Amino acid sequence: MMPTTERFPDRLEPAVAAAADRGSAAVATGVPAGSCPVRAAVSGARFEGGLLYPAGWRQFGALTARMVRALLRHPALLAITLVQAVVWLPLFGSLFRGVSAIPGFGGGDYIDYLTPGVATMSVLFSAGWAGIRFIDDMESGVMERLLASPTRRWALVGSMLVYQALLVAVQVSIVALLGWAMGAHYHSGILGVLVMIVLAMTLSSIVAALSGALALVVRRREALIAAGNLLVLPLTFLSSAMMPTRLLPDWIHAVSAYNPANWAVTGSRTALSANPDWVSVLGYFLVLFSLAGFASTVAVRAFRAYLRSL
Amino acid sequence: MSNTDPAHRPAPATQPSAPATDPDPTPATDAEPATDPEPATEVEPKPASDSVDVPARSPAPDESPDVALAPAVLAAMADDWLAVTVPAEPLVVEAAAAAAAAVLPVPVPVSTAAAQLAWAIDAYDLVKTYRGRRRGDPRIQAVRGVSLRVPAGTIFGLLGPNGAGKSTTVRMLATLSRPDSGTATVAGHDVLRQPWDVRRSIGIVPQKTGADLDATGRENLLLQGRLYGLGGVPCARRAAELLARFDLDDAADRLARTYSGGMLRRLDVAIGLVQRPSVLFLDEPTTGLDPQARAVMWAEIEALTADGLSILLTTHYLEEADRLATRVAIVDSGRVVVEGSPDELKSELRGDAVDVSVADEPTVAQAGELRARLVALPGVVEVVFDGRTVRTRVNEGAAKLPAIFAAVDGAGLAVLTATVARPSLDDVYLRHVGHRLAGSEEVA
Repeated sequence: MMPTTERFPDRLEPAVAAAADRGSAAVATGVPAGSCPVRAAVSGARFEGGLLYPAGWRQFGALTARMVRALLRHPALLAITLVQAVVWLPLFGSLFRGVSAIPGFGGGDYIDYLTPGVATMSVLFSAGWAGIRFIDDMESGVMERLLASPTRRWALVGSMLVYQALLVAVQVSIVALLGWAMGAHYHSGILGVLVMIVLAMTLSSIVAALSGALALVVRRREALIAAGNLLVLPLTFLSSAMMPTRLLPDWIHAVSAYNPANWAVTGSRTALSANPDWVSVLGYFLVLFSLAGFASTVAVRAFRAYLRSL
Repeated sequence: MSNTDPAHRPAPATQPSAPATDPDPTPATDAEPATDPEPATEVEPKPASDSVDVPARSPAPDESPDVALAPAVLAAMADDWLAVTVPAEPLVVEAAAAAAAAVLPVPVPVSTAAAQLAWAIDAYDLVKTYRGRRRGDPRIQAVRGVSLRVPAGTIFGLLGPNGAGKSTTVRMLATLSRPDSGTATVAGHDVLRQPWDVRRSIGIVPQKTGADLDATGRENLLLQGRLYGLGGVPCARRAAELLARFDLDDAADRLARTYSGGMLRRLDVAIGLVQRPSVLFLDEPTTGLDPQARAVMWAEIEALTADGLSILLTTHYLEEADRLATRVAIVDSGRVVVEGSPDELKSELRGDAVDVSVADEPTVAQAGELRARLVALPGVVEVVFDGRTVRTRVNEGAAKLPAIFAAVDGAGLAVLTATVARPSLDDVYLRHVGHRLAGSEEVA
């Protein structure tokens, strides 16, 4: 099996590929056999320019492929992951159906309202424990091997985030399809659904990065699971996933304004509405995206804490 | 021999990586075979058991900025240098270095290459202290000043009880853990200043498997190759080569989870070799293997040094160290208690173990008498009373048996049994970290 991510490197970095072709002995000793001496000199002794280091994105691609492959090899795990969202939509749909009758709900079908909510919820419940992947690797000894290799820390974090985001994209697509089958209206059509998926992937990156950072700090499965519970449930219920926060106590309404999960739900809901306010959607996306960047940085930094503990 | 060796001085703070800093690429490329692990076998002085500590940094001025010599001259110097270092007697290296420094004004890249050749690992006074688990707990000094030198192209055994600081030392050398103080270079790169260069030059085989069990053997090797920048066909070729070498062909496309212990360990070693490291850290490679799998693994490890690889082998099995390692260091309580070749260490015990058990427990007077008589014999270096057993260390023990029996008789005791044993590495180990000889009194 040759994932496509693994093919393009040779085209983009001929110098590294050439050095690798000659056998990595040259790479290992820092002598770039055949590579451009000027650039080698410029990048200096530590080669921080990245020319002679194995490219981070190749590592990133290989690590992502590894995780996707492992998931595909466990059909049961894949099925459970995907099915949970399928269960929630009918469940919460029935449970909270009365919400749409409450004065102040604003009218409309509850299923229209709930679908982006369940989509966001499945993101939280999937990404909240993403750090388990790091803990698995620590327990198996893979992490030690990765950290003693020239693998970039960002490639380790990035591959986990992308893997999780891909998973979330599938989950949210399933929720969207199911919602459609249950009669939800996507007024802005496929574009709105795509925006919902993108917002979900961005939220997933925030939560997964924090989960990963936490995993590196606590280094224990049980602690990570407990922390995940502590994080995911409040994020879900302090948002408008199930019902408008106007109907909830004032303090929840106030807090939800700072809840990234609520930004994703509101953004998705706006995008799916009849006349989407795209500027506001873009605003939600940008804020979520910045936060994802920040959380990823935290996760990359957390490797230092992990190494200190070794 | 010991870690207090005066020649073992700190590495210069700014040890440059010659190929990296060399502004003119030509000599570096010409001199490349010097740093390439494979040709190194031919030129590397294989340090024998009687090896003398060569100063790690040759006397030539490493940091001299003047590198104005023509590439051809430098290349010629490199050739000369390598020719000079060929002899197995390391002292020649020192003399040659002095000569080179005198005759040739600036042997900069050459001397650095030679320094890289000499020591795969050069650690000086590494210290690592961990905070206690809770606030107020005492700090745990895992490593309290470990100095190690691993000659290139050899296997160096690191022995010691659990918790002695072996793993912490290895983690510091593999850039996984940052030493609190001390310096170390691995494959010529400073672990603190050039961790990424170190990471590119080493391979590790962790104590825990280190392989991804949810991937096949081949996928594990391909992933490792890609992490080191190897891709496409060369990566696939390298993986196939290693699968064949470690006899994993048939299992190549099975999940690692289904492998037997021996296969998994072979895969671990193969993974550590994908990137052609110049230094390999092997952490207890045969723990948990059956005797047959262990024999196979030993043969594989022995074959590795033929490629010029340097190996730091952590092990609990003294037999393993004795068989594989050119030199060993025994670590206890965060310090190197003794270091040398297995033969040196064994001969340091000065003699065979001659244990004589007597019929009745000797009285204090009898013991004193016997001790005096034994000590008076030539070749007896140690006498320890252990109940009814008298443990002695005697040079050429078998030949001295009659004299020893006579001494026992003379003290008024009767010999029941006697054993003579050549010292093993176990004896060395027990002598330094074991407590079998608790209360031993040395004579001579």
